[in-house]
Amino acid sequence: MAAVRRTEARREVLPAAARPAYRTEERYIVDAIHFGVLSPTEIRKIAKVTLVTYTLYDADGSPVPGGPRDPHFGALEPGEICPVCGNTRNDCPGHFGKIDLARPVIHPHYSEFIRDVLQTTCRACGRLRIPPERLRYLRSVHERLKTRWPKLARALEAQVKEEASKRMECPHCGARQFKIKFVKPLHFYEDRPEGEILLTPTEIRGRLENTIDEDLELLGLDPKRARPEWMVLTVLPVPPLSVRPSITLETAMRSEDDLTHALIDIVKRNEKLKREIQSNSPESVIESYWFLLQYSIAAYIDNELNIPFVLTQRRKRPLKTLAMRLRGKEGRFRGNLSGKRVNFSARTVISPDPLIGINEVGVPIEIAKILTVPVVVTPYNIDELRRYVMNGPDKWPGATHVYKKRQNVKIDLKYQRDLKSVAESLEPGDVVERHLINGDIVLFNRQPSLHRMSIMGHIVRVMPGKTFRLNLLVCPPYNADFDGDEMNLHVPRLEEARAEARELLLVEKHILTPRYGGPIIGGRQDYISGAYLLTVKTAYFTKEEVQRLLAIAGYEGDFPEPAILKPKPLWTGKQLVSLFLPKDMVYKGKAKINAGALACDGPECFNDSYIVIREGRLLEGVFDKNAIGAEQPMNVIHYIARVYGHSKAREILDTMYKMFIRMLEIRGLTMAYSDIEVSDEAKKQISELVEQYRKEVERLIQDYKEGRLEPMPGRTVEETLEMRIIEVLNKLRDEAGKVAVSDLDPFNDVFIMARTGARGSDLNIAQMAAMLGQQTVRGKRIHRGLRNRPLPHFKPGDLGPEARGFIKGNFRDGLDPTEVFMHAVAGREGLVDTAVKTSQSGYMQRRLINALVDLYVDYDGTVKDASGNIIQFKYGEDGIDPMLSYHGKAVDVDLLIERAKVLFREESK
Amino acid sequence: MPSKRMGRVPKKILQHELVPEHRVLSLEEAAELLRRLGVRPERLPQISINDPIARLLGAKPGDIIEIRRRSPTAGESIYYRIVVTYES
Repeated sequence: MAAVRRTEARREVLPAAARPAYRTEERYIVDAIHFGVLSPTEIRKIAKVTLVTYTLYDADGSPVPGGPRDPHFGALEPGEICPVCGNTRNDCPGHFGKIDLARPVIHPHYSEFIRDVLQTTCRACGRLRIPPERLRYLRSVHERLKTRWPKLARALEAQVKEEASKRMECPHCGARQFKIKFVKPLHFYEDRPEGEILLTPTEIRGRLENTIDEDLELLGLDPKRARPEWMVLTVLPVPPLSVRPSITLETAMRSEDDLTHALIDIVKRNEKLKREIQSNSPESVIESYWFLLQYSIAAYIDNELNIPFVLTQRRKRPLKTLAMRLRGKEGRFRGNLSGKRVNFSARTVISPDPLIGINEVGVPIEIAKILTVPVVVTPYNIDELRRYVMNGPDKWPGATHVYKKRQNVKIDLKYQRDLKSVAESLEPGDVVERHLINGDIVLFNRQPSLHRMSIMGHIVRVMPGKTFRLNLLVCPPYNADFDGDEMNLHVPRLEEARAEARELLLVEKHILTPRYGGPIIGGRQDYISGAYLLTVKTAYFTKEEVQRLLAIAGYEGDFPEPAILKPKPLWTGKQLVSLFLPKDMVYKGKAKINAGALACDGPECFNDSYIVIREGRLLEGVFDKNAIGAEQPMNVIHYIARVYGHSKAREILDTMYKMFIRMLEIRGLTMAYSDIEVSDEAKKQISELVEQYRKEVERLIQDYKEGRLEPMPGRTVEETLEMRIIEVLNKLRDEAGKVAVSDLDPFNDVFIMARTGARGSDLNIAQMAAMLGQQTVRGKRIHRGLRNRPLPHFKPGDLGPEARGFIKGNFRDGLDPTEVFMHAVAGREGLVDTAVKTSQSGYMQRRLINALVDLYVDYDGTVKDASGNIIQFKYGEDGIDPMLSYHGKAVDVDLLIERAKVLFREESK
Repeated sequence: MPSKRMGRVPKKILQHELVPEHRVLSLEEAAELLRRLGVRPERLPQISINDPIARLLGAKPGDIIEIRRRSPTAGESIYYRIVVTYES
């Protein structure tokens, strides 16, 4: 190991931001890392203490030398000086100790390597059980494969193991070999003629010592770094105190770390074993203590082994030992290295604010006073920074710390009485740690972070209140709502990070998703119904209304000419929307309402369901989910983002969209009982339908009972009956729904919401107004519960609609008790499904991401993994960035032609 | 290792609609490909010498096979695999 030379450097108190980059420090470049097994020599070399007693403290409370809290393990207490390195707790790295084991012990995690070696080498001479000729050949092959084709070398090693373990006589010394039986994780038995004999670790270690380096290489071991006999411990390293600190309770009682407890146990047993050996006890007694030592060392390394021994705290809680610290979700790797807790972050509940921009985030003053940004003082900002320092840490916008460069000190303004003098003493080169202010960039995140859009850069807007505020249009990428969601905020502090956040992470750069070529940011719910109401043919607005609409959108251009002059000036909604569209915009597309009775297939559309934008004017068609909604590829926002850039798209999201919600404030949008009230006539019609279909079902059941029902191909008669009944009942629900829907006013608010795609569907309306229909569990009618019937309200074996979960009631009129039960049964299935689905897909996502993390697209368009292996010769086979594509396609020819036509026309004008 | 259980591979598999067109690159072509990609041959995706196509083409370890695949995104895409004696 290279010794690191120390340069005498002045203690650095400047934060990284202010540290000049040109300062050269002495560095070593790591070019390789090797992992190996610690050898006993090495363990002895690094050990500064030997544990010989398990008592921690003596009567006066000072640590016992040679005990698990020996001061040589490193200085931890304030003011303590380390007897090994002479440093205080700040600089002492902690030192290892050791326990000299009275008898060797097998390391439970290496026992499989030990098995391999035992099975393949001679028990007498230690050579690999392969004839010399063949051995020479294999070794030369292995030598050549090793570096260039490591996978092949592994395969060869497997073959060597197989060959050698089959040979029952040593080809070198002729000694007879026996089968080795390995009982995980610690015991090895040899199948000798006189019976199965347990091999002691001493014996095993003796055999492993006999092996020679060249043979071990053929088994895939690296004898320089991992001799097999090191896998049987003769000396156990003891970690420094900093790894197993004790905690002092208020009662001045000390509570030791689990590792210390485990070590106490080991020392106890080791000393006991030593005594037994010294007093020449019978071998069987010694062995039983030896076993105990083995078990407790195995448990110290891994307390979750399959051995009949677990280290516990006073017979209850199992101790958390070494392997458990590393393993699993909360272990060192997943819990502390892949995922860390960070400073300069905040978390609170989110709430909506439709008035701030999509790039912005509202930050409570309280939080802005805690999160800080370091700013280097220059002649240009010195006055501003002095103001912050004058305000101090409690008044926003202020500052919390000042780093004086010349004096090389850090001043905490919290304890500074004379802020004025600090402010006056500021000079270029100092660093002020100032509060978060409007215009700062921060990272905003909502878990689960499944996307890259789950973390985006927002511009800070400090405001009163205790919640983070965000624009409703950015809910879709975060998948956020306001029923108590919390979000995290992180402050990038270095200029480099801030610039990166602004250029790459800003919300407007994520309007288009890289998942498929389409916009992920856009309107939902009220924005959609609002846009529809604003742009329908029948919407005309008075001057006052136009002013209100344009004001909320921050429109600054000329006031538009009215569309109608007499009897009074009126403006159309399409006109208002057009004010915000780019002047040369050309767009065509179907609206969401383009379905059923309102379907059209081209610009000549009387239903106003085909959107036509020419020269930046909305000539025809309404704006609904297909035009302005989130996650709708090829919609108006997508087109604008593609053709005019994301900053234009952001501008429209920040202006035009505000009109949509203001539109709802002007008109009002609500839902009443009367909106889903069907006439008596329709009700009669529905109950007639119910009667008619009930008869049909009865007939089917009758046919079945009399054995007249013809089974469908590949089905039993019972299955056929079920399918036929479900078919009939579904038809009933559809027809009843149709009756109800056609009876209702198609222009009431509920229908507007359903048709425009803002919320709900025709099916939902039918369920409210007409009937719920068949409830199912796993696609079948509900049949479980009691014997031959779901509920005691029905006769056993009743196959009728009601008895099997058909609900003829609706949400408006209410359900019968049995209907409520059936509905709850089917509803439960939905809940279980979502619970199962999220956990399963979450795990799948984790596996996928772990497999794909370090793939990257190289500059030449190839996809490579971390070691440079080529995965694809052209990314996605076509080298196209899906974010910049039209819903996966490289170019949209139709749109290009449309645009070319307009440009050509303008040219020829 | 080349398998000892090599049976004859029926020629007609080349005609199957799911089998794209395979071709062994000449030495010059292979050198040019590696130069263009700037990688060593072991960085290429691999194909086992026991793969029916590799056997039919009579490919030897170290040969590079060019595969022209129909691609839903690009129409046709070209892929290269190096023949190896083991399967990873």
